Amino acid sequence: MSSSTVEKSGFSGRPKGESGIGAWLTTTDHKKIGIMYFFTVLVFFALGGAESGLIRAQLAQAEQNLLTEEIYNQVFTMHGITMVFLVVMPLSAAFFNYLIPLMIGARDVAFPRLNAFSYWVYLFGGIFLYSSFLLGGAPNGSWVGYAPLSTDAVSNMAFYAAGLNIVGVSSLAAAINFIVTILNMRAPGMTFMRMPVFIWMSLVTNFLLLFALPIIAVALFMLNADAVFGAQFFEPGTGGDPVLYQHLFWLFGHPEVYIMILPAMGIVSEILPVGARKPLFGYAAVVFAGAAIGFIGFGVWAHHMFTSAIGPVARSAFALSTMFIAVPTGIKIFNWVFTMWGGKLRFTTPMLFSIGFISMFTIGGLSGVTHAIVPHNAQQHDTYYVVAHFHYVLFGGALFGLIGGVYYWFPKVTGKLMSEKLGKVHFWTWLLGFNLTFGPMHMSGLLGQPRRTAVLPGELGGTVEIYNLLSSLGVVVLTVSALVFLFNLIASIKGGVPSGNDPWDARTLEWLTPSPTPYENFPIIPTVTHRDEFWHRKYAEDDAGKAIPVPAGAAEDHDADAEPEHIHMPDPSYWPLVQTLGFFPFGYGLVYGNFWLIGIGLAWLVIGLYGWIIEPLAEGDDDDPVDEPARPGARAGAH
Amino acid sequence: MSSTDAPEQASSTDEHDDHHPTPRQYVNIAVVLAVLTALEVSTYFLDFGVIAIPLLVILMVVKFLYVAGWFMHLKFDSRVFGRMMYTGLFLALGLYALAIIVILFDSATIA
Amino acid sequence: MAAGVETTTMGLDHRKLGMWTFLGSEFLFFGAFVSAYLLYLDTTAGGPGVEIFDIPFTSISSFVLLMSSLTMVLAHHAHAQGDLRRMRLWILATAGQGAVFLGGQVFEFNVFVREGLTISESPFASSFYVLTGFHGMHVFVGILLLMSVYVLSLIGKIKPTQHVKTEMIGLYWHFVDIVWVVIFTVVYLIPEIAVLE
Ligand code: HEM
Ligand SMILES: [Cu+2]
Repeated sequence: MSSSTVEKSGFSGRPKGESGIGAWLTTTDHKKIGIMYFFTVLVFFALGGAESGLIRAQLAQAEQNLLTEEIYNQVFTMHGITMVFLVVMPLSAAFFNYLIPLMIGARDVAFPRLNAFSYWVYLFGGIFLYSSFLLGGAPNGSWVGYAPLSTDAVSNMAFYAAGLNIVGVSSLAAAINFIVTILNMRAPGMTFMRMPVFIWMSLVTNFLLLFALPIIAVALFMLNADAVFGAQFFEPGTGGDPVLYQHLFWLFGHPEVYIMILPAMGIVSEILPVGARKPLFGYAAVVFAGAAIGFIGFGVWAHHMFTSAIGPVARSAFALSTMFIAVPTGIKIFNWVFTMWGGKLRFTTPMLFSIGFISMFTIGGLSGVTHAIVPHNAQQHDTYYVVAHFHYVLFGGALFGLIGGVYYWFPKVTGKLMSEKLGKVHFWTWLLGFNLTFGPMHMSGLLGQPRRTAVLPGELGGTVEIYNLLSSLGVVVLTVSALVFLFNLIASIKGGVPSGNDPWDARTLEWLTPSPTPYENFPIIPTVTHRDEFWHRKYAEDDAGKAIPVPAGAAEDHDADAEPEHIHMPDPSYWPLVQTLGFFPFGYGLVYGNFWLIGIGLAWLVIGLYGWIIEPLAEGDDDDPVDEPARPGARAGAH
Repeated sequence: MSSTDAPEQASSTDEHDDHHPTPRQYVNIAVVLAVLTALEVSTYFLDFGVIAIPLLVILMVVKFLYVAGWFMHLKFDSRVFGRMMYTGLFLALGLYALAIIVILFDSATIA
Repeated sequence: MAAGVETTTMGLDHRKLGMWTFLGSEFLFFGAFVSAYLLYLDTTAGGPGVEIFDIPFTSISSFVLLMSSLTMVLAHHAHAQGDLRRMRLWILATAGQGAVFLGGQVFEFNVFVREGLTISESPFASSFYVLTGFHGMHVFVGILLLMSVYVLSLIGKIKPTQHVKTEMIGLYWHFVDIVWVVIFTVVYLIPEIAVLE
């Protein structure tokens, strides 16, 4: 490995360690970064979960006052922000990080230091947001932050504006990184239509991030300017239009829901064929449906504003486009079902979570279609029916899929299996707790229970109160279930059964290398000749189309006496960590309107950037590579 | 964006060896840009009547294309780069035009 | 990673692909600000409106920025020929013109504020300042990047062969220029002419 060959030039050397805490702090290895994303997400999930527990405790009975209204508003706002921006999105990023290079046959992402940068910005952005609790109160204007409430100091939404912008920088940098990686770093022969579906969904997701994040950045900057610097964007007093904020927010917001769901769809599309021992049914349809969802997803935003100030023509148009987007989603569901149809199903934990994903997501999708019907929408808007809907797609959908992915790729990361027994306990309690919590919300919402309201009004009657009690009991089940998961995770990391290299009899490239993944990913970059490359190396088909194992087929590229490649791996670096600390003064400056702090933050970021540019490069420069033979066959065999 | 397999594999590796413009050509482009800018500014001093605004839009687009095509080398470089940029550009145009239409023409009528 | 261009899947340089990807997303950033500005053209709350613009003055600074694209591309051309001295000269010229433009903007803002157009005056004022201010920030970042190319090539960190570095900065710089081409027409000229009529 090349990290020992760093020349000590200039004032800054590069860190060298490959183990110990220093190695984690300075790593530019996509695998380590993916793992760091994962554990950070666990912490934020605990926080967001605790907040939801507070919400449900408050609403367990009518007319309760466990929390003040002030605190309640902060808690549900931070819950929403946490779950969306600090849990589901970064959990997807954890998978992107770990899997994209492995699945396309690369040794790292295109910009390893930028990748580390993304992680640190995410972490610090999260800490920044949570620091608001200690600094006069967390944001309390909900995760959508509608103006003009959010421009009023009483809502503390300056923290929301600055904090989400910081987290957004992380996602934008990551999006560029992953797009370039997928387009430009595939192994020889890995054409677009041979890419695993997860890679396709990652590509679409990252394009959505690329184009949606700038929009919310603008909305948040405007909000920040209004709240802190006296601008008038959304102030009705001088003619500002609060509805403009809603448009900008949802221009981002709807693509955002696909940003949260598409990675999970990709994961499920990988797990199902393995669990069913069949290729994915209709690969091309799944891919194009995913791309279509991404594209149409930009054209439906105003369905969140049916009860706001948009006219009848717009309402009809957006109702239509919204129903239209259900079509590609439906296509995917059919393809998953037909993948399982007639397969030799193995109900392993990842498989159970995938099936859970399909069923729960379908329920959420159906209630979603009811939102698209405008008169219906007017009845449901801002009731618990909506809360039920989006938890079915985000929790029942995205989170189920992502957790399935954790079980599925755990052996890849650790070389050990997670306990199947505990996994099944986790799955069934999770499913039960989830439905117990969110199922009744459909009913209480239709009976008129308002959303974002600190006290459950007694006048709604006993039925609604029973539903709410059930919901709150569901959280108890979910908490137990989450603890089972946590225990399983820790116990399996410590003492899990060795999994071997290919525990699921999998199909895609990441399983070609040993588990846990070696530092350089692939001793030799594989040449790809098929979709489901790894499967085709293991099995041939007999005349009846049945799969028969090829003896030792998988070992093709792993010839012990193959000429060893000269492998360059990216060096660790201090700078991403050091530089991103500058976001703290910058962010607080934006919140408190202090130009000194903003200036210090910017100067810090610039100086960090210089450190980044100047530090020595062991692997050589892109234009000036250290003498190295090109990857053999890198350009051969693609056609 | 990229949905076909066609332009894969080094179709344009040799970005720098072939027909790169000469400094002279660059200067010529700059002169054209300067003239166009002068024309733009003249709409402020002279009365162009109804054609002023369409003319300004056309001039803007032409200047845009010249800078992107020549100075940013889009004309000579891989088509993938142009696609990246124009995807963003047209998405922005489409989305914001739609949003402005929704805001301007429908806001008064809350049924 | 140190993959030379020949070994990438599409035969493209990672950094250039990354830069173009980023620039694609920037259109959505500036587009939103321009849209807000257009919506708020008449929302002046009784304060100054577009008639406050000094078109001759802005024309000159726009022209300077436009011409900085020429010096930028010449800098890249010189670098591609391995001529670092000439490259540095053009880089300085580019940064200088950028600085002139920025100075013009600061001056313009000062005049406007003295004439009563503060950011808190009206949605029109807010959207004008924030849009052009963010563009100015981009120019500022561009100048920093240019100066770092200058210094790094002086101390030998940027070698004659590494012209992609200059090209990248150039892409960014030209993009910032292009955005101003649009702003100059859409934010200054067209509204001003529409008012004059
Ligand atoms: C741990 C289990 C969870 C429970 C018990 C829970 C509970 C709740 C409740 C009761 C609300 C309603 C607050 C209100 O409108 O008054 C809420 C809001 C919300 N939840 Fe969850 N939730 C959970 C997990 C999740 C997950 C996994 C996500 C998504 C990714 C999520 C995203 C949201 C969002 C976006 C809101 C809206 C916040 C707002 O109105 O600003 N939640 N949650
Ligand atoms: Cu939506």
